Amino acid sequence: MAWTEKEQQELDKILKKYPPDRKLSAVLPALYLAQREKNWLDNDDIQAVADALDIPVTHVHSIIGFYTLFRKEPTGKYMVQVCTDLPCALRGAEDFYRRFCERMGLPPTGGTTEDGLFTVESVVCLAACDKAPMCQINLEYFESLTDDKIDQIIASFREQAKIQQ
Amino acid sequence: MGNELIDKYVLFRHRDVENIHQIEVYRANDGYRALEKALKEMQPGDVTNVVKASGLRGRGGAGFPAGVKWGFIPKDIYPKYVVVNADESEPGTFKDREIMTYNPHQLIEGIILTCYAVGAETAYIYGRGEFAPVFRDHLQQAVAEAYRHGYLGRNILGSEFSMELHLHLGAGAYICGEETALLSSLEGQMGQPRSRPPFPAVEGLYAKPTVINNVETLTNVPPIVLHGSDWYRQYGTEKSPGTKIFSLSGRVNKPGNYELPLGTPIRYLIEECGGGIIDGKAVKGILPAGASSAIIGPDKLDTTMDYEAMAAAGTMLGSASFIILDETVDAVWAAEKNVKFFKHESCGKCSPCREGTFWLVNVFRKLREGHGTKQDVELLETIIEQMKGNTFCLLGEFVVPGVRTSIDLFRDEYEALAVAEEETTPGPAKDLIHTFF
Repeated sequence: MAWTEKEQQELDKILKKYPPDRKLSAVLPALYLAQREKNWLDNDDIQAVADALDIPVTHVHSIIGFYTLFRKEPTGKYMVQVCTDLPCALRGAEDFYRRFCERMGLPPTGGTTEDGLFTVESVVCLAACDKAPMCQINLEYFESLTDDKIDQIIASFREQAKIQQ
Repeated sequence: MGNELIDKYVLFRHRDVENIHQIEVYRANDGYRALEKALKEMQPGDVTNVVKASGLRGRGGAGFPAGVKWGFIPKDIYPKYVVVNADESEPGTFKDREIMTYNPHQLIEGIILTCYAVGAETAYIYGRGEFAPVFRDHLQQAVAEAYRHGYLGRNILGSEFSMELHLHLGAGAYICGEETALLSSLEGQMGQPRSRPPFPAVEGLYAKPTVINNVETLTNVPPIVLHGSDWYRQYGTEKSPGTKIFSLSGRVNKPGNYELPLGTPIRYLIEECGGGIIDGKAVKGILPAGASSAIIGPDKLDTTMDYEAMAAAGTMLGSASFIILDETVDAVWAAEKNVKFFKHESCGKCSPCREGTFWLVNVFRKLREGHGTKQDVELLETIIEQMKGNTFCLLGEFVVPGVRTSIDLFRDEYEALAVAEEETTPGPAKDLIHTFF
């Protein structure tokens, strides 16, 4: 991939945060930028990050493998991450998640919906334990959820996707 | 204003003053006055001294005195850095997110004061990747406002002091809350811990002297500088002064963040703040420091929440994230949840953590699926014994106290699951080895 002009400007701005000889520090923000458009990273994206920072492409792969928020496979347009860690699970998050997966037509472990819009997964603590059940959708917080509430949120994302098409 | 135990909030000032996230409102309510006072009337060393005298202890979990930590920074090596740990990832902890969302200027002022105290001209706030909306919608705005008003940048408030503050997001890794792993991550490496010494105070970010403090710790600094250490010590105990944010979660009626003086009894947090246990059930266990905790039983409800008393009760205060289990909770299930968390988050650097959490998860699964034997309960104990004291960083052995105390307190529940016939071959069961390959 080639960086768009806007992305290149953002990249330059990111690099200014770190000492000139420490471009490697920008690897996480650069990866976020490369992933923004389609929600996952293909080999061209990864190469573009390596080139922009003058670092070996293998290093960029190791970073992607280490951190959980980067993806090398296509996912749904919306990543729905439901916390089922202990504090949330003590307030019913596991059952909430199972019911949600079922209504989305997915196995109890989650997955991607047939229309490719939603990837649903259970994740560990998101620092919102007092507002369980909760989830992040493309990292936006949705808290104190009920079955009805999450269904409405999903419906509004479906609408949004339709309008964008 | 405040709550029953404190007249006014020290940290959660947004609960007393509406819209304090806006710089005008913050300024109209003593905001940036500590910074003005420091730049006009105090030498950098005076700032460190008042923080030392206040007895402020690190709120990220370790409880190390903040002023003493700053004192370790060598004078003659430049540049120096201040790095703020906003990686808040311990299950049950959600206090820093509230500070950064609703009272960001007090944190920013604390960071500037810290930089002034130690002579740093660059600071980074390292937040967990999942905090992207918090950074974008709240912190970034506040930082921009602080620049516009001359609290950041060149010659702050007309003084000789200049500094830059940058925001940096991680990308999903619990280990980055460990300070040396955080530095590796900020340098663009995998977030794996480094050996100490050298300590970050001497060789931290980019091998330069670096102060690393938690969000909540630095949010304490402006009121300490403005009002003095005696004022600060009106709250808390002699050895654990000040107020602390307690994140309360689990089986209580009103989970949430509560700012209370250190030294308040656990019972007060659960009953007065949390409105008691759901459906009036009994407390079964308390995890005072999130998933990393040694679990304590209901006999410890009158323990006071300060570093010393919690240690004496056989656990720790840590980041004060109280997860409450009631009598309806299956203790083995709860322990397994935490064990899975630690396996998921092991950074893979050292084998006791990487392999130990792997085996713990497998043995827990075997027990919970009804194939467990008595030997398996012993095997759990053997695994944690081998992990204890042998992991590269502290986080690696955070899984140990929870499993240890869960077995000690609820052994009957473990033994009730050990239903299968005893195995005759010594060592780990064959089906466990199988899952490894």
